[in-house]
Amino acid sequence: MLAARYITTDKLVPWLLSLSESRLVLAPIRKGGQTVFQPLEADSELDLDGLATSSPKAALLPRCETLLEFHYSKGEEAPSRTSVEVRETLHDQPTFLFGARPCDVRGFTVFDRVYDAGSKRDIYYCTRRDNTLVASLACTDPAETCFCHRVGGGPGDSTGADLLFTFIGDGYVVEAVTDRGNDFLLSQTLHDAGDRVETALKTREAVKAAMPEGEPLLGAPEQVNKLFDDQPFWEDVSAKCLSCGACSYLCPTCYCFNMTDEMHGNDGVRVRTWDNCMSFQFTLEGSGHNPRAAKAQRMRNRIGHKFNYYPALHDGNLACVGCGRCISHCPVSMDVREIVSKAQTRAMAEEEQIND
Amino acid sequence: MASPIEELKTAIRQALPDLDMVIAWTAGPDSLSHTPLFITDAADIERIEWDSRCSQNLAGYLTSLRGKKVGIVAKGCDARTIVELLQEKLIDREDVTIFGLHCQGAVDARKVRTELKVGRGVQGVTIDGGAASFAVNGETQTARLGQVLQEKCFRCTGADAEVCDHFIGEHGQPPQVDDAPVSTLDMLEAMGMEDRLHFWEDQMTKCIRCYACRSACPLCVCQDHCAAQSRDPHWVDQTDHPREKLMFQALHALHTAGRCTECGECERACPMDLPIMTLKQALNRQIKDIFDYQAGTDPDKTPPLFQFREEEEHIKERKW
Ligand code: SF4
Ligand code: SF4
Ligand code: SF4
Ligand code: SF4
Ligand code: SF4
Repeated sequence: MLAARYITTDKLVPWLLSLSESRLVLAPIRKGGQTVFQPLEADSELDLDGLATSSPKAALLPRCETLLEFHYSKGEEAPSRTSVEVRETLHDQPTFLFGARPCDVRGFTVFDRVYDAGSKRDIYYCTRRDNTLVASLACTDPAETCFCHRVGGGPGDSTGADLLFTFIGDGYVVEAVTDRGNDFLLSQTLHDAGDRVETALKTREAVKAAMPEGEPLLGAPEQVNKLFDDQPFWEDVSAKCLSCGACSYLCPTCYCFNMTDEMHGNDGVRVRTWDNCMSFQFTLEGSGHNPRAAKAQRMRNRIGHKFNYYPALHDGNLACVGCGRCISHCPVSMDVREIVSKAQTRAMAEEEQIND
Repeated sequence: MASPIEELKTAIRQALPDLDMVIAWTAGPDSLSHTPLFITDAADIERIEWDSRCSQNLAGYLTSLRGKKVGIVAKGCDARTIVELLQEKLIDREDVTIFGLHCQGAVDARKVRTELKVGRGVQGVTIDGGAASFAVNGETQTARLGQVLQEKCFRCTGADAEVCDHFIGEHGQPPQVDDAPVSTLDMLEAMGMEDRLHFWEDQMTKCIRCYACRSACPLCVCQDHCAAQSRDPHWVDQTDHPREKLMFQALHALHTAGRCTECGECERACPMDLPIMTLKQALNRQIKDIFDYQAGTDPDKTPPLFQFREEEEHIKERKW
């Protein structure tokens, strides 16, 4: 049986601040009009009301990560010969990620299958993942744009987390999900949860039951696949898109990156930055040719990756966790649910025509 | 008399047969956001929505639809964008049919969500006098305009689409707001240079470099060839430094100097809520002072940075 503890609302921030003495504590913090994951400090305004604006993916996959630093120097005897020194820059600071939502944390498992896959282990990602204890917070008030329950998750899902917090009115029940979460919880002087665990479970079930019904989007891969060559379909669903990329930068599962060397004089860094399939440069080849030059082709890539190519490679797991950020922060209010549902309907209609 | 929305639908129904499409708004994915609607089929006319949730400036689509006969629904500020596009010869007047509206002001969905905690189940928004009311699940919630309007609406220079082919409803004034918050530009102009730089560096730490600000700007026509992502020339590097991001904002602001109509799309599109229209407003103030020119007001004028005059009226070059 894994440990369960309890902490009252007024003790939460002092406890998190005490944790921050020995590790980096990342939490959803109100900054201007938005909520972003940042290191918690004494004067930070913790915001646990809803989903943060940007997902916590930067904790594991920073927007810009220095992979290595290099320095060129000229040989003293033969100035025409330059040598280069290279220094690796691994980030292994112990981190406590607090207040991520179940969808966001499930998103980490989407990364794990790619960046921690047997021989294809990305040391930058894995080092951060190994050093980060993930504490998620069950949702008690899902937004209109949330649809975790239609893509295999739920407002109280603990997939990918080490600890699960549930708010039950006057405080939080904290349940261990993994062994390392358990060890961590046992090392903390928090109250024993007792029968509050039961209340937490009931709270999570009630929230899930109250989510509006909607067709599961899990059967989508074959249907989206069928529409690959259906140009009018992709043109129709992408007509209002601005190709801006806000959707994929805010998405907790988008993991494509770009790599560039940035030089200043003889010093330089090799950086890995987020890339984004909605941008023209995404697959722009050195020749000048771009296989995804049109907006409709880029939209097909984004939807295809999440609902077709990824699940085809990873046991049917979708690369969408239903957080709804791409809906609520799209400048023209595109709705990914609508696109996938349309794809399902269209593919089924085409099938019926063939059968007729 | 028919309500403006019914009048709008009737006008579109009459015009649609002669057009390739009409761009309007329809209900969006959550109850505070409406979304663009491309109408080619008359049945879709019934889906049109028109109230203070119609934020998007639809004029941004016109340049990519050049060559087609397009109808477009426009608020006052959107129509100023159309005027600017006409002045720059980026669109052709005879191809565009403008359904102009009187706008009561556009609400900022994020402000409503976070400050009023109104989110779910909004069925209607109306603005009357200094207040906005939201019909939420059969009840009415009200707010002061100063709390909920978009930044641009506090300084609206005309809420009616001045240049149009069909004007719908009645002409009127921009929203009357007596408690508008101090604008970021006024706040910054009262600060020293050092503090201004700190302000922007702090804001830029939040920027995720999505370039939604650029993609949403109806006057940004370089799009796929933007200097922000170009390696050749290499103006901006890809590191996460606030000054690199500010460099991009400076590029954007300079590219829109004397052209920006303050439609607010750059700022509205920014998912991180950066007050980036302020940079363009600052340049617009300069343009107004030097050239006595305001973008988007007169289709027959040429923007000042598009022309060369031997002598400018307000620039004294020959003092001796
Ligand atoms: S945020 Fe919206 S407009 Fe921007 S690329 Fe994504 S879907 Fe298109
Ligand atoms: S695709 Fe949209 S809803 Fe799905 S995980 Fe990404 S941001 Fe969230
Ligand atoms: S700026 Fe004026 S015309 Fe534009 S949305 Fe605001 S009130 Fe309406
Ligand atoms: S839209 Fe906002 S976050 Fe995106 S690049 Fe522009 S300023 Fe940065
Ligand atoms: S810079 Fe901003 S306010 Fe100006 S025209 Fe472009 S989107 Fe509109």
